[in-house]
Amino acid sequence: MNKKNLLDYTLHLADNALIIGHRNSEWCGHGPVLEQDIAISNIALDCIGQARNFYQYAAQLSVNDTSEDSLAYLRYTIEFKNCLLVELPNGDWGQTILRQFYFSTYQYFLYQQLQNSSDQQLAAIAEKALKEVTYHLRWSSEWVIRLGDGTEESKQRMEHAVDELWSYTGELVQAASYELLAVSEGYGVDLSTIKTKWEEKVRTVFEEATLTLPGNAWMQSGGKEGRHTEHLGFVLAEMQFLQRAYPGAEW
Amino acid sequence: MTTNEHINSGEWPLWEIFIRSRQGLDHKHVGSLHAVDAQMAIENARDVYTRRMEGVSIWVVESKHIHASNPADAEAFYDPANDKAYRHPTFYNLPDELKHM
Amino acid sequence: MEKDFEEIFQDKVDKEIKIEPKDWMPEKYRQTLIRQISQHAHSEIVGMLPEGNWITRAPNLRRKAILLAKVQDEAGHGLYLYSAAETLGITRDEMYDQLHTGKAKYSSIFNYPTLTWADIGAIGWLVDGAAIMNQVPLCRSSFGPYARAMVRVCKEESFHQRQGFEILLTLSKGTEAQRNMAQDAVNRWWWPSVMMFGPKDDESPNTIMSMKWKIKRFTNDELRQKFVDICAEQVKILGLTLPDNDLKWNAATNHYDFGAIDWNEFWEVVKGNGPCNKQRLDTRKKAWEDGAWVREAASAYAEKRKNKKAVKAA
Repeated sequence: MNKKNLLDYTLHLADNALIIGHRNSEWCGHGPVLEQDIAISNIALDCIGQARNFYQYAAQLSVNDTSEDSLAYLRYTIEFKNCLLVELPNGDWGQTILRQFYFSTYQYFLYQQLQNSSDQQLAAIAEKALKEVTYHLRWSSEWVIRLGDGTEESKQRMEHAVDELWSYTGELVQAASYELLAVSEGYGVDLSTIKTKWEEKVRTVFEEATLTLPGNAWMQSGGKEGRHTEHLGFVLAEMQFLQRAYPGAEW
Repeated sequence: MTTNEHINSGEWPLWEIFIRSRQGLDHKHVGSLHAVDAQMAIENARDVYTRRMEGVSIWVVESKHIHASNPADAEAFYDPANDKAYRHPTFYNLPDELKHM
Repeated sequence: MEKDFEEIFQDKVDKEIKIEPKDWMPEKYRQTLIRQISQHAHSEIVGMLPEGNWITRAPNLRRKAILLAKVQDEAGHGLYLYSAAETLGITRDEMYDQLHTGKAKYSSIFNYPTLTWADIGAIGWLVDGAAIMNQVPLCRSSFGPYARAMVRVCKEESFHQRQGFEILLTLSKGTEAQRNMAQDAVNRWWWPSVMMFGPKDDESPNTIMSMKWKIKRFTNDELRQKFVDICAEQVKILGLTLPDNDLKWNAATNHYDFGAIDWNEFWEVVKGNGPCNKQRLDTRKKAWEDGAWVREAASAYAEKRKNKKAVKAA
């Protein structure tokens, strides 16, 4: 087995969870209503927790003095393997909700299969995370429907969010090189099997939300291979600031 | 709990939250929160009141549906039970030899 | 007749029987509670902002998760307290309005900036420490819903102070730059924390009535002294110092003596002239206004769905 590939695959899963968790955490204290401020922080905490589990495993797969923190705080932008969708700015509540819905739908089907991974660690992390994601998917679906079919203004805002985010959804189910290899080595999830399920779920929820599914459009990609939007650099500059400014310090 | 009608009509209704902390126990009132409907109230309760493994089941009731006894009736309601000691097992003097009762 | 009610009420309070929302209570008691509980709730919500500042910059994943959970807890505490106040016949929206228009106050401590990571430690240790000292007696407040909310708050709050102390302890054992950072934070947060207990007893007009009604159990100065006594010992474990040259043990009183409080600064911050008053309030207002369309949409959707159900049932 190719250990480097297992590491890359694990890091990809970790980076996805960390960056969306980080983005969601930006809402803490600024939510539209107290109850939902608490809800989105819970989701952020779940995602950060998932990231930590994957990073800790990745650290085991790496050279000696690697830790969850060195992986999260000391890698460069081009080394991050998260998809572009999760690094996009929050926008308004509608855009954050829609991003979460797209992503949770993907994570839901992904973890469902990853539970059966031949790699026991990945399978165990996925099994635990799936419970969390099941709730994220339910919560975000309901909000997409509520806002899509709410008021005139909320509908407009959701349509705007659909426009903003749609071209970043293709990458979710488009395999990177390490994902292809992970499938052939038996521990990875075949994204082509997820693609239809993802589309079906999105279509169902959009229908209830009275939102129109965009037709085929050009899809952005590159994040999984380290070619990111301009936004990730700022996310990391902020997130990694203390570790960079005080090298080697314990916190 | 409040019986107050919402002065600001835009505000989400208030709900009372009851949580069963462990299987086999009663649901207990833990507090309240705002939500647009019962489903959201249950989910909000999950996020607000069970962050520390406090529950295994949630009940929600919109606050305006709760009817309470009047504190002014307390004497008439509850004092008459005071002199019915014969309802309690310790009221009865039985010989010590008697077992399993 | 009114007088009878008032006697019965005071008699219950004296006997430590809790007052519940539907019980008769003096109007002034109700108003005092609304003011105090809502002010307390506002403090939790505004208090999320200075610490929330550092969630995205927390130095490692463990700290990031802890800080996020802590700031989220504060949202929960605000929610419990707003709910307690709502039992007295005021809505959360009305309380928000009072906050946003400056009619209601919140704890002045949150009008100070968080400049370094060590501030997160200092807030946990000193600000949460002072808050806990204030809050523990409130668990026995005469008003039932307030007392019950505070029991929940105190239970959750207990990890907040510990995580703050742990941050400072780690920094104090770290590099020179980290130790300096920790000392600087303690220097900046010490006096505002001491001020958190409010004006001196002889200048605190509400204290006597609040004590009689058992909304309050200890005076401002009693709690302040207790806080100083505890911190003066704890700071030794950190190997740091408190910025007060007059701080010393007094064997005669069995307490620490401490220096004069700058009450001028205290009142200026209360009046709105603290470093961050405007920023904090603007941030809260913005969150509320930005969320208006979300709240409206959710209400509108719930209404639609209810109607659909009704049509189906018919």
